[in-house]
Amino acid sequence: MTNLLQIEKLTKIYPNGVRALDDVSFDVPKGQFVAVIGLSGSGKSTLLRCINRLVEPTSGRVLFEGRNVTAANDAELRRIRRRIGMVFQHFNLVHRSTVLTNVLAGRLGYVSPFWSLVNRFPKEDVEKAHQQLARVGLQGRAHNRADALSGGQQQRVGIARALMQDPTLILADEPVASLDPVLAHSIMEHLEQINRDDGVTVLCSLHFLDLVHQYADRVVALNEGKLMFDGLPTEIDDAMFKDIYGQEAKRVG
Amino acid sequence: MRTLLYTFAIIIGIIIYAYGFQVTQVDLDELGSPTRQESLRRILRALARPDFIEYEKEEFQVETPIYVPCPAGGAPASALDQSGPYMVVTPPCAEPETEVSVEGFNFAPNTEGPLNFIPPSGVSLQLGRIASDGSGHFALTVKLRDRASPEPQLLRAVTRRSIGGPRLSQNGIDTIDKILETVFMALLATTAGTILAIPLSFFAAQNLMRTVTSPVPSIALSILAAPLGILIGGQVAGWLIKLGLPLASNLAANGVGLIVIALLLMAAMRWLATPAETDPKTASGRLWQVGALLLASIGGILLFLLLSNLAVNVGELLTPRLGRMGFLGNFLTKLGEILQLLIVPICALITAGVLMNLAGQLGQKLVERATDQLGWLLNLLLAALAGAVLFLLIGLAVEWLYEIRTPMNTRIIPALVGAAAGLFIGLRTRYDDSLPVGLTIYSVTRTVLNALRSIEALIMVIVFAVWVGIGPFAGVLALGLHTVASLAKLYSEQVESIMDGPLEAVLATGANRLQMIVYAVIPQIIPPYISFTMYRWDINVRMSTIIGFAGGGGIGFLLQQNINLLNYRAASAQIFAIAIVVSLMDYISSALRQRVV
Repeated sequence: MTNLLQIEKLTKIYPNGVRALDDVSFDVPKGQFVAVIGLSGSGKSTLLRCINRLVEPTSGRVLFEGRNVTAANDAELRRIRRRIGMVFQHFNLVHRSTVLTNVLAGRLGYVSPFWSLVNRFPKEDVEKAHQQLARVGLQGRAHNRADALSGGQQQRVGIARALMQDPTLILADEPVASLDPVLAHSIMEHLEQINRDDGVTVLCSLHFLDLVHQYADRVVALNEGKLMFDGLPTEIDDAMFKDIYGQEAKRVG
Repeated sequence: MRTLLYTFAIIIGIIIYAYGFQVTQVDLDELGSPTRQESLRRILRALARPDFIEYEKEEFQVETPIYVPCPAGGAPASALDQSGPYMVVTPPCAEPETEVSVEGFNFAPNTEGPLNFIPPSGVSLQLGRIASDGSGHFALTVKLRDRASPEPQLLRAVTRRSIGGPRLSQNGIDTIDKILETVFMALLATTAGTILAIPLSFFAAQNLMRTVTSPVPSIALSILAAPLGILIGGQVAGWLIKLGLPLASNLAANGVGLIVIALLLMAAMRWLATPAETDPKTASGRLWQVGALLLASIGGILLFLLLSNLAVNVGELLTPRLGRMGFLGNFLTKLGEILQLLIVPICALITAGVLMNLAGQLGQKLVERATDQLGWLLNLLLAALAGAVLFLLIGLAVEWLYEIRTPMNTRIIPALVGAAAGLFIGLRTRYDDSLPVGLTIYSVTRTVLNALRSIEALIMVIVFAVWVGIGPFAGVLALGLHTVASLAKLYSEQVESIMDGPLEAVLATGANRLQMIVYAVIPQIIPPYISFTMYRWDINVRMSTIIGFAGGGGIGFLLQQNINLLNYRAASAQIFAIAIVVSLMDYISSALRQRVV
């Protein structure tokens, strides 16, 4: 099995001197569900954003499907980004737009820039958007305003938007951190299903270890920007846990 | 130590206020002096009775005979008709230059008018003014003139009485006319200002511009492309207009041409903008696309030309036939003329934009392909060239403004200085360094906007009044310019305060910058933009009421005239009109804003 994603010596130092990522290297084979864990501020979000260069890495390389992301120019970067779906903690929907427009935004990397500027999408894309909405259980809500939906529903719109990109990789940045436990499981099940049925690789940062145990094939742990652990969820014992979360941490859930 | 500091602060405060009193000439004696109070009472009373409504009046005369001097045997008694208003003179005869008392009865209450003495010659000699009280009675003492005659002479009181209902006075009509003009001045200025302020606001928003960076060769090539684009675009547009004008002068040819070109353009668009973008474009496909795009833009220019001419022609055709609605035809003509006027500058700007974009991409390609030495050389060369051109342009602007007429100072030296500055930048940067162009554009836009905003529209209108003449059009231009500056600033602050999340999400889908603006920025800023636009209209209505003071037309012009003529009752009508319109606008705009937001 080939590696979908290769991360080599990735380092990010923010202008204020914070070393958010420090020499992080790992590979992700196609079809894996990888959980990224670590304390708040350990560099999980930075790692995910460096992969599609929403954050510009300071040094190191990211290879996606064999293409060098870090060296790509604007046009190449856009073509790479459109194969990488992203799901966010705060959903990041455009509140005043309709659900359908939010979902169709997932096609922006594919459609003709000219027509998209006047909000015209090909018929197939609109049909596809309705299908994806149905898939996440939001049929009939296409013409609601995005902020009229509940948190769990908004996150499902976020997933539908990512699916519109025909992604081979989904980056999920704490997708369930703003949701209650019941909704959290429903969202994680959607991601799991996409991973299992569509073969989409998922890289998902998570807070709760029970979610990690339940859904992830593999765990990558960060602490202060350094890669602390890379292995199976079951391999995280108490000693490892304290290494990742600090000596005072207690296991919950 | 603390107390000392406080004492010191208090003393400083007292001194500041004392000096303020001195400078502003606070004078309580003036406030209290009886003559000043009388003046105040007069003006307040005038202001309280705005000259808005008048009644149709009829002149109404009451006469009574008088003998000057007394004839032998005294004045003959005359029959007194007491059914209408009448006057009684006591005594009924007197020597010239003596005083008699005149009493009037049954007059209209609270009227006034002259009391005239009519000698046999028929001229009117005013003796005094009568003023009836609430029951229509008056009494006054007048001195007779030195006009002796054996014949009976007449005392005549002239009053006016209203017939018919109230109607608008001439001043009222003028006031309504001008307040409407004022509201529309504000409307036009706000519309024009908003249209220009929206694109500017994106350039003045830090969060959008911060991420725009590019290497020196790209920037340099873009700078070189800008004047070239303006030149080419302007030339081509001018040439096309000349070419298309014969077609446009005939109404039928105009209409047919419009339809044909529109259809062709639609077809071209459909063919050009394939719904899905194929991965890497082939070279020949790219060439085809560029060619088609060029043809489409030429077609677009012709389309605009024909459209504007059609508007002008139809407008001119309609204006005399519409009668009272002729202003609609006139509006159409004006719109066409504006469109015609805009074709060349817009064409020049768009060409410049496209060329700058292409040049930037070319620069990017060069940077990617270049070896280190070539890159270094390219960096220096392009930076020097761009610097020279930039400074040369500035030099030309200086020449135009100050008419120095020494090519050495306005051409050669600036070009050399620019080249040196470019070389300096080229030496200090690597060819593949990304320079924050976005932040530079942001700072320049901000500075220009701030400078413009600090000049009040009331001052701007002076320049415009010199340019286009005193009148509402000068007011529209001045208000419009000020609106651009202040709205662009308010808007850009709204852009800066939008949520970053949706921007991030849209970018992550592979969208380009323009798509990000359309899908993530614009939906977030629509409500504040609408609300600020209405707020600005509100401000513009208020501003336009006084812009006439400086030659900007509208109600301010009338108001100033009446104040200068000491015609306070007329001025009062205008003040009331302003108050009503401004508070109405305030109410409407806040109601609408609540609806929208």
